[in-house]
Amino acid sequence: MNWHAVPAEAWRALGANRLRTALTMLGMIIGVGAVVLMLAVGEGARGTVTQAINAMGSELLLVSPGASSSGGFRFGSGTASTLTLKDAEAVAQLATVSAVAPVFHSGAQLVYGPRNWNTTVYGVTPDYLLVRSWNLESGQPFTLTDVRRGTRVALLGQQVARSLFGDQDPLNQTIRIKSLPFRVVGVLERKGQSLDGRDQDDIVMVPINTAQTKLFGNPFPGTVRFITVQARSAELMEDAEADIEQLLRGRHRLAKGVENDFTIRDLTAVAETAAQSARAMTVMLGAIASVSLLVGGIGIMNIMLVSVTERTREIGIRMAIGARHRDILLQFLLEALLLCVLGGLVGILLGMGGSQLVSELAEMTVIITGDSIVLSFLFAASTGVFFGFYPARKAALLKPVEALRHE
Amino acid sequence: MTSLAPSGLRVAAPPTGARESAPLIQVTGLCKEYPLAGGGATPVLRDVRLAIASGEFVALMGPSGSGKSTLLNILGGLDTPNAGDYRLAGQAVAALSPNQLANLRNRQIGFVFQGFNLLQRSTIAENVALPLLYAGVRKAERQRRARELLEQVGLGHRADARPNQLSGGQQQRVAIARALANRPPLILADEPTGNLDTQTSEEIMALFSRLNVEQGITLLLVTHEPDVARYARRLVRFKDGRIVHDGEVNV
Repeated sequence: MNWHAVPAEAWRALGANRLRTALTMLGMIIGVGAVVLMLAVGEGARGTVTQAINAMGSELLLVSPGASSSGGFRFGSGTASTLTLKDAEAVAQLATVSAVAPVFHSGAQLVYGPRNWNTTVYGVTPDYLLVRSWNLESGQPFTLTDVRRGTRVALLGQQVARSLFGDQDPLNQTIRIKSLPFRVVGVLERKGQSLDGRDQDDIVMVPINTAQTKLFGNPFPGTVRFITVQARSAELMEDAEADIEQLLRGRHRLAKGVENDFTIRDLTAVAETAAQSARAMTVMLGAIASVSLLVGGIGIMNIMLVSVTERTREIGIRMAIGARHRDILLQFLLEALLLCVLGGLVGILLGMGGSQLVSELAEMTVIITGDSIVLSFLFAASTGVFFGFYPARKAALLKPVEALRHE
Repeated sequence: MTSLAPSGLRVAAPPTGARESAPLIQVTGLCKEYPLAGGGATPVLRDVRLAIASGEFVALMGPSGSGKSTLLNILGGLDTPNAGDYRLAGQAVAALSPNQLANLRNRQIGFVFQGFNLLQRSTIAENVALPLLYAGVRKAERQRRARELLEQVGLGHRADARPNQLSGGQQQRVAIARALANRPPLILADEPTGNLDTQTSEEIMALFSRLNVEQGITLLLVTHEPDVARYARRLVRFKDGRIVHDGEVNV
């Protein structure tokens, strides 16, 4: 039999019963579509997490006040004011630590001309940009001198810059934070979403002293909301954590057995966990989608078996006029393969469309990779071969005389 | 009389001359039995001995269940005997592999059935071309040859029709054209006129005669009808799995 004639015969057979062909294909279409969609969603989630991790900075420890308890009640971290700028300066002296950035933040109303915007104002030192590996899109960062003097200068996050200034250049303009005038000295680069889903670009940075003394009346002068610490290297993370704990316990004069009045969190570990759960989600989504592909494959086997029984006489006729076993085998195998490949192609298109829809309706990041398309296509084709083989073999092994006798 | 035979037809071989060479079909001691559900077996063919020379036109007659169709199926390589020897053109058929057997059915033998056995979903041209497809003939050649064969049986104008758009007689002509596709030396016909009225039967039998005389094709034909058997030049009668008469057609 001519190799190029086999697809034509298989095509004809599929075309002869269009409704059944379409319904069988539907199983494959949905299966492959689901795989493409699920992989795109999973990949999107993973991409978002990876991006957030990269944006966060590396080898970071977060020291926050609290884990305070009073009369048996525990309060969450950040509820007490036990960390001070002096603590931060002391931590900076540790050998295992490369940079320290104390932060004092609070919400505030911003005004520029007729526009106003509610955002979080971060009082920071220049090192904060360093540890977060955060660059400026334009302008200059403020300096240690600005911090010492409590200058009224501000760095705007992308979201804030857009909300207050639109297309206008904010550099050297004066905005009002809580009615105090601040000069905009720089605009921060886009940072995107954080791991917990906050918009990191909705931020204003001012020198920490300015925030503490001029902007927000602080009942505990010199205290900070948290300290971001960068360890000297990834291997020194645990050592740095231990050093900081020891140092702060000494500075806070905590007796043995007394609980820490601060909490140290390893942000790298948090990120790692987030990345792992995103990976697990991709795998799980893929697995669920594979089940529908499996069901589609079984549907194809089912229909092919029916088709073999129904066309027993046709198989007998073909054998009587010279079809060999492998001609019959190939024909039915190819019919199954054609069902899967066509269904797979339509499924891929459906999955791509579905992903687009999900990204628009659910506002999720979806990423369709070439790998996922090739993977689902190969998966569909092998499903066809796998589930088509048994019915095809059954057809090929029919005895001519018995097949011809079949009514 | 001038011959109006279309091109592609072979020059008629004198039927008498063929008897001198080795027989096309040689069957000795052929036995076939079908197992019964409760154990044991029904014998269908008992020690059948038959030789048919190239170019003969033989009618096989006998009551239902006498084994004539079973013999035809064995001769056509569709069924296997339990015992005995069958040689087609000197070749022991039992020794052939399934693929060789398929090749034999494809190139050496043309089948014509009572129920026509055309593929309903294909056009009649595609039906006729099907043996060529399995023989590995290229598409253009397949189409050319299918048209030619349909012309030969008088259906050249219906090439794109489906079998169910044709009358029984026309469908049987298509089946005959298909049987001729790979120019086999032997055609086996199992009650080819069983589903046809008298006039159509005569037309079909005339076509068979012409193929036998003009192309020298050996014909073996199973039938119930004496009128049909009369077209043949040799009659073999079956009864209870045995040949009871082999000779002149005198029905």
